[in-house]
Amino acid sequence: MALLSKKDTHLITDPLSDNNPITIQVLGICSALAITAELKASIVMALSVMFVVAMGNVVISLMRNIIPSKIRIIVQLVVVAALVIMVDQVLKAFAYELSKTLAVFVGLIITNCIIMGRFEAFALANGPWRSFLDGIGNAAGYGLILIIVGVIRELFGSGTLLGFKVLGDSVNKTGLYALGYENNGFMIIPPAALIVVGIIIWIQRSRNPALIEEN
Amino acid sequence: MLEHIELFFKSIFIDNMIFSVFLGMCSYLAVSKKVATAVGLGAAVIFVLAVTVPLNWLLDQYILRDGALAWLGPEYADYNLGFLSFILFIATIATMVQLVEIVVEKFSPALYNSLGIFLPLIAVNCAILGGSLFMQARDIQTLGLAFNYGISSGIGWFLAILAIAAIREKIRYSKVPAPLRGLGITFIITGLMGIGFQSFGGMLTGGDEAAPAVEPKTAQKTEKVIPPVKKEEKIKKEIDKNEISYNDAIKEQK
Repeated sequence: MALLSKKDTHLITDPLSDNNPITIQVLGICSALAITAELKASIVMALSVMFVVAMGNVVISLMRNIIPSKIRIIVQLVVVAALVIMVDQVLKAFAYELSKTLAVFVGLIITNCIIMGRFEAFALANGPWRSFLDGIGNAAGYGLILIIVGVIRELFGSGTLLGFKVLGDSVNKTGLYALGYENNGFMIIPPAALIVVGIIIWIQRSRNPALIEEN
Repeated sequence: MLEHIELFFKSIFIDNMIFSVFLGMCSYLAVSKKVATAVGLGAAVIFVLAVTVPLNWLLDQYILRDGALAWLGPEYADYNLGFLSFILFIATIATMVQLVEIVVEKFSPALYNSLGIFLPLIAVNCAILGGSLFMQARDIQTLGLAFNYGISSGIGWFLAILAIAAIREKIRYSKVPAPLRGLGITFIITGLMGIGFQSFGGMLTGGDEAAPAVEPKTAQKTEKVIPPVKKEEKIKKEIDKNEISYNDAIKEQK
C-alpha cells in the first residue's frame, strides 16, 4: 500500500511551484523577507514555520467540528500562539545566538498569513492526515523561496554560505577575491530581498504564462 | 520632549514598518490597488497601533517581564512570565480590534463605514503584533513613549501604503513586461522605495550629545534587530580600508 495516494502527493508538490504560498498566493511575505540575509536563519525559519503549519493544521482539523465559526479566528490564533511559543522556547534553549538574530520574527510567525490562510482554506474542511500533508507542502513551498533568497543574498552579499567562505577570504584576498571580485553590499540591505523575490516571480511567470496577472 | 521627537521621526522614516522590517506586507500588497482603500486601511492601522501598543506596554511592564509581578507582593518578585508574551499580546490585539469595532460602530457610523471592513483584517496584520513585539524588544521606557511609538509606526505604515497605492494606480498605464505585471513589479518598486528610505538612516546620527540617557539603549536594541545600519557601517569601513590601501599604493609608487 502506498503511503501517499496520487491526490495526496499533489498536496505536497503543488505548493512547491504552481501554487507557491509566496509567489502565487502572496501569503507570509512579512517574515520571509526580513530574515533572509543569511541562509542559516532562512533554514531555521522555514523549519519553524513547517512545524507550526503542519501541527496547527492537524490540531485545527481535529477540532474543526467543535469550533463555533464565530470565534474561530481567536481559537486559531491561540493554537498558533501556543505552537509558536514552543518553537521560541526550543530555539532559545538550543540555538540562543540564532534566536537573537531572528528576534521578533519568531513571534511574528503567529501573524504569518500562510498559517491562518491554510487553516481557513484547508484544515477546516479536511481530515487530519491530509491537513498535515497540506501544511508540510505549503511550508515547503515557503521554505523553498526562503532558501533560494537566502542563498542568493548570502552568497553575493557576504561571499559565504552557512558561514563558510565559499568564495575565498575577502580580507586576505584569496580565491575569487584575488581576481578582484568584490562582495555586493547591496544584497545585505533589506530592500534587496524584495527585488530578489520580484525577480523570482518574474522568472517563474515567464516559464508558466498561465500565472500572469491581468493588469 | 526631545526623545519623543526623536522616536517619532525614527519610527516613521528610519525604522519604517514596511521598508526596513517588512511588517504588514500581506495587506500592503493585497489592499494597495486603489488609493481610497489604502487610506482606509492605513488609518485603521494607525488607530489600532495607537491603542494596542500602550496596552501591551502596560501588560509587559506589570505582568510579563522579569520581576514585573513585584507589585503583588515580594513573594511574586521571582516570576518571569516573558514566555507568555506572544499569546497575551495577540489576545489583547484580537480583543481590542473587536472592541474598537463595536465602539466605533455604536458612536460613529460614518467612521465605521470607512474603517469597519478593514478592522477584522487587522487582527492578523503582522504590523500590529510587530509593533508590540518591537516595543518589547526595544525596551521603550514610558507609557507616553509607547503611545508615541504606536502612532508614529502606524503613520510610517500609512505613508508606505499610500505611496505604493498611488504608484500602482499610475502603473496601470505603463507597459510592464507581462510576467512582472501585478505582484512582481510591486515587489521591485517596494524594494526601490526601500532603498530610498535607507537614506533616512543618516538623519539622526548627528547630535548624539544632546540625546537623553535613554538613547544608547534603544540604539543598541535597534542595531540588534535591524542589521543594515551595522552592515552598512561595515561596508563603509571596508571601502575606507580599500581607499587607504589604494592611497598607500599610490604613495609607494611615487
